[in-house]
Amino acid sequence: MSTSTIHDIGYRHYDGRRNGRAYVLRSLYVHSLRAAFGLGRPARAKVMPFILAAIMMLPAAGSVAVFAVTKEEDVLMRYSSYAPTLQVIIAIFLATQAPVLASRELRFHVVPLYFSRPVGHLDFVLAKIAAMTSALFALIAVPVTVLYVGGLVTKVPHSADQLGRYLAALVGCALFALVLAAIGMVVAAFTPRRGFGVAAVIAVFMLSSTLVLVVQGIAESETNFTLSGWAGLFAPFNLVDTVQVRLLNAEKSSVQVAPGLKGGVVALAMCAAIVFGSVAVLYRRFRKAGLS
Amino acid sequence: MPIIATQGLTMRFPRVTALDDLSVAVEPGVVGLVGANGAGKSTLIKILLGLLPPSTGTASVLGMDIAREGVKIRESVGFMPEYECLPPDVSATEFVVHMARMCGLPPTAARERAADTLRHVGLYEERYRPIGGYSTGMRQRVKLAQALVHDPKLVFLDEPTNGLDPAGRDEMLDLIRRIGAEFGISVLVTSHLLGELERVCDHVVIIDGGRLLRSQAVEAYTTESGVLTVEVDEGRDALHRVLHEHGAAVRAEGRFLVVDIAGESTYDLVRDGVAELGLRLIRMEQRRHHIEEVFQETPAAPGPPGANVPNLPQGAPR
Repeated sequence: MSTSTIHDIGYRHYDGRRNGRAYVLRSLYVHSLRAAFGLGRPARAKVMPFILAAIMMLPAAGSVAVFAVTKEEDVLMRYSSYAPTLQVIIAIFLATQAPVLASRELRFHVVPLYFSRPVGHLDFVLAKIAAMTSALFALIAVPVTVLYVGGLVTKVPHSADQLGRYLAALVGCALFALVLAAIGMVVAAFTPRRGFGVAAVIAVFMLSSTLVLVVQGIAESETNFTLSGWAGLFAPFNLVDTVQVRLLNAEKSSVQVAPGLKGGVVALAMCAAIVFGSVAVLYRRFRKAGLS
Repeated sequence: MPIIATQGLTMRFPRVTALDDLSVAVEPGVVGLVGANGAGKSTLIKILLGLLPPSTGTASVLGMDIAREGVKIRESVGFMPEYECLPPDVSATEFVVHMARMCGLPPTAARERAADTLRHVGLYEERYRPIGGYSTGMRQRVKLAQALVHDPKLVFLDEPTNGLDPAGRDEMLDLIRRIGAEFGISVLVTSHLLGELERVCDHVVIIDGGRLLRSQAVEAYTTESGVLTVEVDEGRDALHRVLHEHGAAVRAEGRFLVVDIAGESTYDLVRDGVAELGLRLIRMEQRRHHIEEVFQETPAAPGPPGANVPNLPQGAPR
């Protein structure tokens, strides 16, 4: 005789609370953010994001450690240069995780299940982009914070300056995260097969930065630094770095950035165009998928 | 109040007219929507969900207008698509909880409802494993669970028996029956197989090429026809002859004789004929219509009268 039995108490109706749009949006955002780090999914989905996050931490931890021993201020990385220096790692993270958020549900036709519920198309896109942006922000800003806090603990001189630069760098991190997420999500949304998605995102970053470097190389050898700076706007990392340098008082980490305040404003406008364009494109993409 | 009502619903795509002036109203219960592939069933569901604006015409679901109250409709209905719609790398529990939250259920309620619903559709221990390893039958259950998890008032089930083996099909049909009868949730279930809908539905709507062919209660499709099926052990032909001689309209059909009922006397005639010949009578019953016959009749409808008579399948009721 088994001691435990399952009692079928029949179907029960639900007459509890039903939350509104803000709750649904928040739930989708949290779900997507968790998915970006493989949480709530099998162990192998967690491997890549966490390895990459660990790699991102290494330079910050290393440079604090070296500073603690040598007390040489030069060995501490600049906060604003963190993302451009580690752009390969960030691009790989984006390439592996953007398809998880943008194309997995397209590929397996899950999207119509959202839109047959009280989930709006725009809400869906905004939650997804916000989740990818937050994931990237965490990836970049956590090591930068380690760098800052580590510096404080090991008594870096000019701590007031440090705070200013740190806060400016956080704004830069947020802009990096937003622009990169926007680009990565669009590319991934149009390459439903995950493998292709990863390759496509990598390709976009590699090609843009390589082409820009070639143009900049030629321009610099002709000593045309203005052209070199403007050309930099066409590589995502260089673009955001331009905003950091021209509008956030950072030192440049790229080969060259567009000159003057004008360069910074143009770069910021381009960032905004990329983000809004991406929202518009994703909106259309998912809307169409919701009807298939 | 009808759960679904459409007036002059028309949906034109660039190349094809999916729905053509469809006006139909159905009452709560289990409603079957039947049509061949491409008859416009899935398009109708998308329109009723408020996702696809119709070219012309209006419709209301649960008394709400599809054009103005789409969001409210989607809060109170569930949808099970006909295609695969499950991510392979999450467990059924995780997925159904997420879908419950997408309907606005708070976290605790979402978990409880997901567990309850998965149990009701017949998924137990396996619900913690990733969906990628599920059989077709289990996937169909997960798809059904996500449509029911927020306790809708009406569910749209698009071809729920597609791809299932006969046993799985029976279980799915039982579940649909229970959703209507025990759970008290109205169901709109589509299929291209009339026979299975006959078993579970209260009402069947038949569309063909986007046009309404018929909409009526299942009983109305299966009323008694005016013919009598007679089965005898042997001597069918002898009986045929005898009945014919007595003026009955009789024809052979397989092992049976089919006799048109002219009145009470027809029964006596068969009884006497069988007794006279000393045959063993196995069966004598009044034949019922099958829903399928609606389709067998349809080619006749548009053509000129008389042209189609020779094509009538044997046994079609007249």
